[in-house]
Amino acid sequence: MAEEMRIVLRNYGKIAPLKIDDYLTQGGYKSLEKARAMNTADLIAEVKKSNLRGRGGAGFNCGMKWSFAAGAQADQKYVICNADEGEPGTYKDRLIMENDPHTLIEGMAICAYAIGATQGYIYLRGEYPFLISTLNTAINQAREKGLVKNFDIEVRSGAGAYVCGEETALIESIEGKRGEPRFKPPYPPSEGLWSKPTIVNNVETFANIPVIIEKGADWYASIGNPAYPGTKVFTLTGDVNNRTFFEVPTSTTIREIVFQFGGGIPGGKKFKAVQIGGTSGAFIPEALLDTPVAFDSMSAIGATLGSGATFVIDESRDVVDVATRIAGFFEHESCGKCAPCREGTARTAELMEKINEGRGSNKDIALLEKLGNVMSYSCLCGLGQAAPAPVLTTIKHFKADYEAKFM
Amino acid sequence: MVNLTIDGIKVSVPEGSTILQAASEVGIKIPTLCFHPDQSIKANCRVCVCEVEGNRLLQAACAMPVFEGMVVKTRTPKVLEARKTILELILSNHPQDCLNCIRNGNCELQDLAQEYCIRENPFEYKVRGFEKDFSTPSLFRDQDKCILCRRCVEVCSVVQSVNALGLEGRGYDSMVVPTLGKALIDSPCIMCGQCIHACPVGAIGEIEQIDEFLAAVANPDKVVITQIAPAVRVAIAEEVGMMTGEMPMGTFVQGLRQIGFDHVLHTNFTADLTILEEGNELLKRLKEGGTLPMFTSCSPGWINFCETFYPDLLDNLSTCKSPQQMFGALVKTYWAEKMGIDPANIYSVSIMPCVAKKFEAARPEMNDSGYQDVDLVLTTREIGRLFRMSGLDFSRLPASDFDSWMGKYTGAAVIFGASGGVMEAALRTVYEVVTGKTLEDVNFVATRGITGIKEADVDLDGTVVKVAIANGLANARKLMEQVRAGESPYHFIEIMACPGGCIGGGGQPITKANVKRVERIEAIYAEDAGLPLRKSHDNPEVKTLYEEFLHEPLGHKSHELLHTHYHPKNKKFL
Amino acid sequence: MDYKEIIAQYDGKAGGIIEAYHALLREFSYLPEEAIAEAARIFKLSTAEAYGIATFYSMFSVEARGKNVVRICESAPCHVAGASDVVAALERELGIKMGESTADGKFALEFTECVGQCQATPVITINGKPYLDVSPAKIPAIIAEYK
Repeated sequence: MAEEMRIVLRNYGKIAPLKIDDYLTQGGYKSLEKARAMNTADLIAEVKKSNLRGRGGAGFNCGMKWSFAAGAQADQKYVICNADEGEPGTYKDRLIMENDPHTLIEGMAICAYAIGATQGYIYLRGEYPFLISTLNTAINQAREKGLVKNFDIEVRSGAGAYVCGEETALIESIEGKRGEPRFKPPYPPSEGLWSKPTIVNNVETFANIPVIIEKGADWYASIGNPAYPGTKVFTLTGDVNNRTFFEVPTSTTIREIVFQFGGGIPGGKKFKAVQIGGTSGAFIPEALLDTPVAFDSMSAIGATLGSGATFVIDESRDVVDVATRIAGFFEHESCGKCAPCREGTARTAELMEKINEGRGSNKDIALLEKLGNVMSYSCLCGLGQAAPAPVLTTIKHFKADYEAKFM
Repeated sequence: MVNLTIDGIKVSVPEGSTILQAASEVGIKIPTLCFHPDQSIKANCRVCVCEVEGNRLLQAACAMPVFEGMVVKTRTPKVLEARKTILELILSNHPQDCLNCIRNGNCELQDLAQEYCIRENPFEYKVRGFEKDFSTPSLFRDQDKCILCRRCVEVCSVVQSVNALGLEGRGYDSMVVPTLGKALIDSPCIMCGQCIHACPVGAIGEIEQIDEFLAAVANPDKVVITQIAPAVRVAIAEEVGMMTGEMPMGTFVQGLRQIGFDHVLHTNFTADLTILEEGNELLKRLKEGGTLPMFTSCSPGWINFCETFYPDLLDNLSTCKSPQQMFGALVKTYWAEKMGIDPANIYSVSIMPCVAKKFEAARPEMNDSGYQDVDLVLTTREIGRLFRMSGLDFSRLPASDFDSWMGKYTGAAVIFGASGGVMEAALRTVYEVVTGKTLEDVNFVATRGITGIKEADVDLDGTVVKVAIANGLANARKLMEQVRAGESPYHFIEIMACPGGCIGGGGQPITKANVKRVERIEAIYAEDAGLPLRKSHDNPEVKTLYEEFLHEPLGHKSHELLHTHYHPKNKKFL
Repeated sequence: MDYKEIIAQYDGKAGGIIEAYHALLREFSYLPEEAIAEAARIFKLSTAEAYGIATFYSMFSVEARGKNVVRICESAPCHVAGASDVVAALERELGIKMGESTADGKFALEFTECVGQCQATPVITINGKPYLDVSPAKIPAIIAEYK
C-alpha cells in the first residue's frame, strides 16, 4: 500500500503562507544558511548526488545542470523559476506557490549561491495573476529579513502561451519577445537569458532543494525509484472519485494513483484510459497500469511522467473526441516557428476532426501515424515532438474506437 | 579541426562548423529552405534534418555544430520520410500555380518538390486565399505563398534596419506582415526590394510591367527609347544563361533593339552628368559653408529611407536628381529637340537594377520636362524575361552600338553600379577641377568593395576631404546617427541602399548570396579599366550638352531639369 | 492614465514590454495601435516587432473588445466536465457568440486553454479571476457581478 509523502508540500496547511515566521519556525531558510556555509562545488556535488531530476518534463539531473552554469565564465548569471505550468490538468506549482512561497525562494537562492547568480526571475503564467502579490510579498519579506542577501528575484508574467513552458521560449519571453523556442545548442546553462549562463528549473524542482540540503543527498536518493528518486505531486482530473492532489514517492504505480489515491472511477463505471503528464502525455490503457510512475519506467512504456497531471477517462467517454480536443489544443498553442509543428499540429487537428465527425478512413489513421512520427523527431522543440503522443497512443491502444467512427 | 563521418565518408572541418558545411565539403548536398548563407541560423523549416548517431531526434544540419567522432547520416529512410512529409505539409497550403508564378523556374520550394518527387500530396490542399498586396508601385506581396522562413524579415531588419516586416499571430495563423498588419505602403518600407532576393519562393516580387512595355511597342505613335543603368549589363548575362559580366555591351544593345526599342541610350551618360553637377555642388558647399556632409542622392531606396527615418537631414542630401531622372528630364527636352521628335510621343523606358526606381519615376515632382519624365521602369529581371520571350541567342547575335546623343559614357559612369563608385567617380573629377592637375592614377581603391562602411581621406592639393561610403541601410544608419549627433567627421557620404550597391539591387537577377554580388562588382571594375575615357568631365557628349544646352553646372537650366527637393514621409508607424 | 503614462512606468525595465502590455490591458482591455507604437519606442523595438509580440500571446488583443474579458477553459479536463454546456449558457446570457463582444462594450467572450484550477472543472475566468465548478445555472449570477 503506497503512502503519501510530502516533501515539496511539507508545509501545506501547516503554515500561513505569508507569515515568514511560520516558515522560519518550520526550519525555513536554515538550508540556505547551511548551503552558504558549504563551498559551491560541494553544494553542487550534493545536489548531483541526490539524483534529483528536473520536474519540468525533461528529467535532467539537476545538480549536473547547475554544474554547467557554475563552470561557465560570465559577469552575470541568472536563476529562473519556470512557473508557467501550462499542461492542462496541472496545478501543483500553484499549490506550492500559494501555500509555501518561501520554499521556492529558498530553493532559488540556494541555486543562485551555487552557480554565482545575483538575479533571479519567476516566470509566472499569465493565468495566475493573483499569485503576483503573494510572491512579491514573500520576496520582500525574505529581503527585509536579510535572508536572501545579494540575490534578488523579480516576478514576470506570461500572457497565455503554453510554449513558454519550454525553457528557451520562456527566456525569450522574459526578454520581452515572442515566446518562440531557440535552437539548442547553446543550452541555457552556457547561454541563456540575455546570452548569460542561466538555470531554468521548475517550481517543484526548486521546492525539493531546501529539503535535500537539510536532510542530505543520501536520504533523498533513497526515496522512491532509485533512477528518479524523491516524490512527485500528482493532480487528478477527469473521471475519478478524488479530483485532488497527492505527493507520493516515485515508486508508486499508475494503478495506485488512479485507484488508491484517486479512489477509482465514479458511478461504478469501468476504467478506460489515463493520460499522465498533461495533455502532451500518452494515453495508457488498463494493461499498463502497474507501471511505476518514475521517469524511465514511463519512458519504457512509451509514456512520460511530465507534470504529473493525471487525467482519467471512463468507459463511457469518447476517446476519439477527447483526442480531437487535445489536437485542437496543440494547433492553438504551436508557436508557428518550425514548419512541421506549425503545419503538422493543424493537419493533425484537421484529420482528427474529420475522423471524429465520421468522415474518416483507415487512410487518415495511417497518415496521422506517419505525420505524428515525423513530428516526434523533426520538430524544433519539445512541444511539437510531444504533440502527437495523445493521438498516436489512442490509435495504438484504442484503434477500435477510431474505426467505430467511420461511417 | 573536428573529425566526423558523414554517410560513411570521413571529413575534417574547423570547430564550430555545422553539419551542412561539413557535408558540402565532401560533396553531399543537404536540402535547405530557411537557410541563407548571409543570415543568422533559423532552423525553422526542418527540411535539412539528418540522423546523428546516438540521438533519437533528427538534427537540423544548418544549425547543428559538429563534434569529434560524430556520425551523421543524411539520407536514411527515416530522414527521407521526414523531409518529404515536411515538404508535403508546406506544399499543402502553398498555391500550386507554379506556371503563373513570378518565380517559376527560380524557386527553392519548387526545386525541392522536384528533387523529392512530391506527386500526390496526402494532405488536403488548402490555400488561405489572402488578397495580394499591390499597394506599392515597386513590390507586391502574396501572403498565400509565404512559407514563413523569415528571411525577408531578417534582411529588412538586420541588413536594412527598415523593419517594415514582422510576424503576426501564432502557430498555423502566424504570418509575415508589414507593420501592424497593414498594407506595405503604410509600413516604413523603402521599396529597396532586398526581401525579393531573400524570399525562397514567390511571396514577394517586383510589380511586373512587361505588358505596359509591349503595349507601347505595339503603339505606332510612340517612339520607345530606353536608358540602361550602369549595373544592368554585368548582371543581365545571368538571366540568359551566361556568366556574370559575360554579355558584351554591343550584344546587349542589339538585344534591346530586337525586343522593340527604337532608340537605345545609356543612363551612364547622365551618370557622368551627375558627377559634374554633384561634384560642383560639393565644391560649392565646401566653399560657401553649405550643409555638410553632403549625401549622394542616386539611390531611390536610400532617398526613401532618408525621407522616412531622417527627415531632419534632408538638407544634407545632394539636390541632384538620380541619373535615371536627369536622363528622363533631358530626353523629353534636349534630346527630343535635337532629334526633332515631339516629346509627347516619346515613351521613355529605363532599365534598372532596382525596384525603388519604379516608385521614383512615379513621384509627382518628376515631370520637369513637362511630361512624366520616365514613363516606365523595367528591372533587369523583366528585361531577362523579355529576352527569353524573344528567343534571342546571345552567343550569335551581332553587336550594335548605342544611338547618339546620350549614349556615350566614361568608366566613371560605369562604376556607379558598385558601392563606392559614385564617390570614386566624383573624386576623379573634383580632383582635377580643384587642383587643375591631371589625375595620373584614377583608381581610388579604398572606396571599392562590399564592405559595409568604407572611408577615405582625399588630399586635394593640401585640402583634405574626408569621405565615407555605406552600402546596406543598417550601415547607412550608423553614419546618419553620427550626423544627427553632430559628430560626423565627413564632408561627403555616398550611400547605396542595397548591399554591394546597384549590382545587388532589388531588380537584379535573384541573388541569394553576397558572393554573387562580389562577382558583379569585379565585372564592373573590369569594364571601367577597359574604357578609354574614365573621368566624367571627359565625356564628349556631356561637354556638348553643356555647350549647347545647360551652359554650366548648377546653372539655371540644370536647376530646372536636373535638381530636385525632398519631402519628409511622415509615416505614422516606424 | 493615458497609454503613454502607463508605458512610461516600465521604461528601463529590460524586456518589460509584456508587463507594459498587461498594464495597458487592465486599462483598455486591448492594445491600441498607438500604444503598440509607443511601447516599441520605449523598448527600442520597431513597431513591427512590438506588434509581433502583441499578437503572439493569447491574452493580448489588438482588436477592441469588451471591458470584462470572460474566458472559458476548453482543455481536456474541462471539456469532459461539460465546458460546452457552459459555453452555451454564456452565449445565451450575453447574447453573443464565442470570440465576440457585447454591443455595450461590457463583455468579451473568449476561449482559453487550461487555467490551472483543474480540481474544480469546468472553470471560467473573468479578468483573470477564476470561477470554479461552474455550471450553466451559475452563469447569470456570476455575470451579474460585472453588469
